[in-house]
Amino acid sequence: MERAALLGRLSWQQARVVELVDETARVRSIVLQPPEWPGHRAGQHVDVRLTAEDGYQAQRSYSIASAPEDAELVLTVERLDDGEVSRYLVDELRPGDELELRGPVGGYFVWEESLGGPLLLVAGGSGVVPLRAMLRHHRAVGSRAPARLLYSARTPAEVVYRDELMELAAAEEIDVHITLTRERPEGWSGYARRVDRTLLEEVAWRPDEHPLAYVCGPTGFVETVAGELVALGHDAARIRTERFGSAGG
Amino acid sequence: MSPISRGFRGRRRSDADPSRVPPGQYVTTDFPVLSAGPTPHTSLADWSFTVRGAVDDPRSWTWDELRALPQETVTVDIHCVTKWSKLDTVWTGVSVDTLLEGVETSAEYVTAYSDGGYTTNLPLEDVLDGKAWVALEYDGEPLDPEHGGPARLLVPHLYFWKSAKWVRGLELHTEDQPGFWEGYGYHNYGDPWKEQRYSGD
Repeated sequence: MERAALLGRLSWQQARVVELVDETARVRSIVLQPPEWPGHRAGQHVDVRLTAEDGYQAQRSYSIASAPEDAELVLTVERLDDGEVSRYLVDELRPGDELELRGPVGGYFVWEESLGGPLLLVAGGSGVVPLRAMLRHHRAVGSRAPARLLYSARTPAEVVYRDELMELAAAEEIDVHITLTRERPEGWSGYARRVDRTLLEEVAWRPDEHPLAYVCGPTGFVETVAGELVALGHDAARIRTERFGSAGG
Repeated sequence: MSPISRGFRGRRRSDADPSRVPPGQYVTTDFPVLSAGPTPHTSLADWSFTVRGAVDDPRSWTWDELRALPQETVTVDIHCVTKWSKLDTVWTGVSVDTLLEGVETSAEYVTAYSDGGYTTNLPLEDVLDGKAWVALEYDGEPLDPEHGGPARLLVPHLYFWKSAKWVRGLELHTEDQPGFWEGYGYHNYGDPWKEQRYSGD
C-alpha cells in the first residue's frame, strides 16, 4: 500500500539542464535529464518551479516537446514579455543548471498510436510544441495513421522546428501545412492568412473521415479553430483543445 | 526544501495581499481560459438545469425559471490549477442551497455535469451552506460562453476546474465517482490552500 501511494504521487525532482537550443528569437528548447522519469505520453506537460534566494517561488506548466521514445526530456518555452518564469528559462538558464520539475501531468490532450487517426493537428504559434511531440511519437513507432499538421505562425522567423517539420513531412503519412499570417518570404507559395473556415475546409479531413483533432495555441485561436471545426460538421467529442494563456507565463 | 534557482529573482506583486494567494499560485488580472474541447452553444430556449440522481424527486428549471429564483452577487477569489489566481471576481447567480432546498437525500457526493460531456465531482457538503452557486453573470454581464456561459458552477474554495463551465445539472450520489479531470490524474478534492493539484498531493 505504501509503495503504491508513493508511486502515485508526482514528486518534485531536480533535472539537469544538458543543452539549450534556440529555436527562434523568443523560443528555446531545454534538454533535460531528470533523475527519475516515469515516462510520458505525447501531449502531456510538466510543472516547473523556480526558487529565489529569499524563498520566493513561482510555478508554471510547460508542454513536453519530446516523444516518449526520445532519449532525453525536452521542453520548448516561448519567452513572454511579462513572463517571470518564461523569461528566466529563455534568457537566464545555462547548461549545467538544475531545474526543479514534476510530471508528467495531464492525460486528455494526448495522442498515442492506439488512438489511431486520421490525425488533425492545428497549432497557433508555440502551440506547436505538444503537437511536435505527437508527430515525433508517430514517427518513432512507425504509425500508419495519416496525419496533417496545420501550423499558423506570423512570420517565417517565428516558425518553431521548421527544419524538423519539413523532415517529418517527407513521410508518406504526414502532411505539414504552414500558414504565415503577417510576413512571407519572397516566392512563398504556401498559405498566407489566418486559419478560418475555408482554410480548415481545404486542409482538415472531411467530417465523414472522422479525424481526431488536437488544437493548441492562444485562446482566441483555439476558440476560432475548434468552433469552425464544429461548424463544418466535425464531432465535438473528437476535438481536444489546449490553450496557451498569454497571461503570466 | 527546494534548491535555489541560480539567478532567479522573480517578479513580486506588491499590490496583491500574499495571505490571499495559495501556494504556487500567481495573481493575474486577465481571465485565462482552459477547457478540454470546443465551446458548446446551447440555445437558452433548449436550456435547463436539473437536480437528479439519489433524490426522491428530480427537479428541473428552464432558463427563465432559474432567472426567477433569488439571485446572489458574491465577490470571491478564484484559483486555477494551472497556477493563476484572480482576486475579487464578482459573480451573480443562484445559490446551490436554493436549488437543493427541501431535497431529501442520503447522498454525500455530487457530480456536476455539463454540455460537452464534462463532469466534476465534489462532496455534497462542499456545495452547501453558501459555498457554491450556479453563476449566470460575471462582473454584471451575462457570462461569456468561453468562460462557461450561459451558466457555470462556482465553487471558489476549490481549484477552478471544480467550477464546471456550461453546467446543466447536479447528480447526487451515495458514492464518490471521479469526474473528467479527476480521472486524468488531477486531485479528487482540489483544495488550493493544501496545493492538492494532482492525485497524491
